[in-house]
Amino acid sequence: MASPRRARGDQPAGAGSEKDTELLTESDVARTIARIAHQIIEKTAYEPAQADEVVLLGLPTRGAPLARRLGAAIAEFAGAPPGVGTLDATLYRDDLRRRPTRSLEPTSIPDGGVDDKLVILVDDVLFSGRTVRAALDALRDHGRPRAVQLAVLVDRGHRELPIRADYVGKNVPTARGEQVAVLLSEVDGRDAVLLRRPAGEAAGKPTGDGA
Amino acid sequence: MRHLLSTGDLDAATATLLLDTADRLKQALLGREVRKLPTLRGRTLVTLFYEDSTRTRVSFEIAGKWMSADTVNVSAKGSSVSKGESLRDTAATLAAAGADCVVIRHPASGAAHRLAAWGARSGDGSGPAVVNAGDGTHEHPTQALLDAATLRDRLGSISGRRIGIVGDVTHSRVARSNVLLLATLGAEVVLVAPPTLLPVGVADWPCRVGHHLDAELPGLDAVMMLRVQAERMHGGFFPSVREYAIGYGLSERRLAMLPEHAVVLHPGPMVRGMEISPAVADSPRAAILEQVRNGVHVRMAVLYHLLAGAPEVQG
Repeated sequence: MASPRRARGDQPAGAGSEKDTELLTESDVARTIARIAHQIIEKTAYEPAQADEVVLLGLPTRGAPLARRLGAAIAEFAGAPPGVGTLDATLYRDDLRRRPTRSLEPTSIPDGGVDDKLVILVDDVLFSGRTVRAALDALRDHGRPRAVQLAVLVDRGHRELPIRADYVGKNVPTARGEQVAVLLSEVDGRDAVLLRRPAGEAAGKPTGDGA
Repeated sequence: MRHLLSTGDLDAATATLLLDTADRLKQALLGREVRKLPTLRGRTLVTLFYEDSTRTRVSFEIAGKWMSADTVNVSAKGSSVSKGESLRDTAATLAAAGADCVVIRHPASGAAHRLAAWGARSGDGSGPAVVNAGDGTHEHPTQALLDAATLRDRLGSISGRRIGIVGDVTHSRVARSNVLLLATLGAEVVLVAPPTLLPVGVADWPCRVGHHLDAELPGLDAVMMLRVQAERMHGGFFPSVREYAIGYGLSERRLAMLPEHAVVLHPGPMVRGMEISPAVADSPRAAILEQVRNGVHVRMAVLYHLLAGAPEVQG
């Protein structure tokens, strides 16, 4: 049966070792989330009267708390909260047969559903784009949104599918073997974004999986 | 997990993982018009039933279909089994035809274990995954898992709860699977039955045994009523149906003796008026249809963990 595995970016949450480079500090993370919230308000012409037209869906694990924070920030800046939920796309992934069984994460769609809404998918790191593709497929089975947008805290490149984000916290050029770890206090006890290089620079050590 | 043959093979972490997966699948499908997931596309599931079944066969088939597996049902009647084909040959045929998973119900205890062992010995040693859907009077693990899922829904937790299993324990595969699973999950299990309906060796099971239902009821968080399996009985195990109902049937009077929060379970099919009175079966305290609903999600969870991930390396 499934043994405990590291989900993407799951690392012991303690202080970074000397191999880690801190890309965003705690205050950078807070500022970045506030900026994305402002961009969402501007780009979607967000009006408190039509707040229920916008639904933020976080992709577990760390997209979920990120979506909640973005929702709270939008509520603070614009005066009314958008719909916030989580969407686990594990069952729609194209790499299930390539790795040990993944455990499932919660899904919660806000009461009004997603039909004819503007849905904004929220994730921590945009990498291959495969998670987003799976999420788009999952979303289709939940209804037909008016439009779907994507917000990510970090875009690290290396796309394998024609997918781009509408809102990007920080673009980070990376090598394929490096790992971008987003730490959020809800999951990891603190906020930070770290760039990790493969330990000991051992060639071919498998790291960072599909985001 | 390669097969699911016995709840005795599940440790608490694995059992909890299966229950959590079932919960997540339920959430993922909640309120959806299209109850279809692409997860098991291209995998083939065969349900091989040598005994009659409604709930188990239907819910395995629905579970497979909701996850996009191709499901095929083989029942003993209407297959080559009625021409005299042995279980071993039938199993080899199903494997050769491309089954990735065989769900088997068989009147002989141990049939599912044999199937798994034959698969491991054949060809490259990677026979189909085997799920025991009831073997004789031995085990019925997915029933125990769906009972546990229902108890967790209703009671909030299983650890530390006291659960009574009442009736024909001797002929019940549900009882054995439930005792093993609930004990693993930290519950206190009490079997309540007339001495004639308790199996040999019950003293070694991780549970307590009682004979007086009235004395046990006030202390129970849940009571699971078992059907008296007349089709497996050869001889007199109790004087009469009426006497059995008086001693061990769950009547309205007995329902009132249970604590306010206690839940009534029954694996089905029910014989109303014998082990359970119609009024109790239809009361809101009974979770009998919830058990069936959870059965689909629990079986989806089992199929997910058996079939979705990379094939496990045999160690």
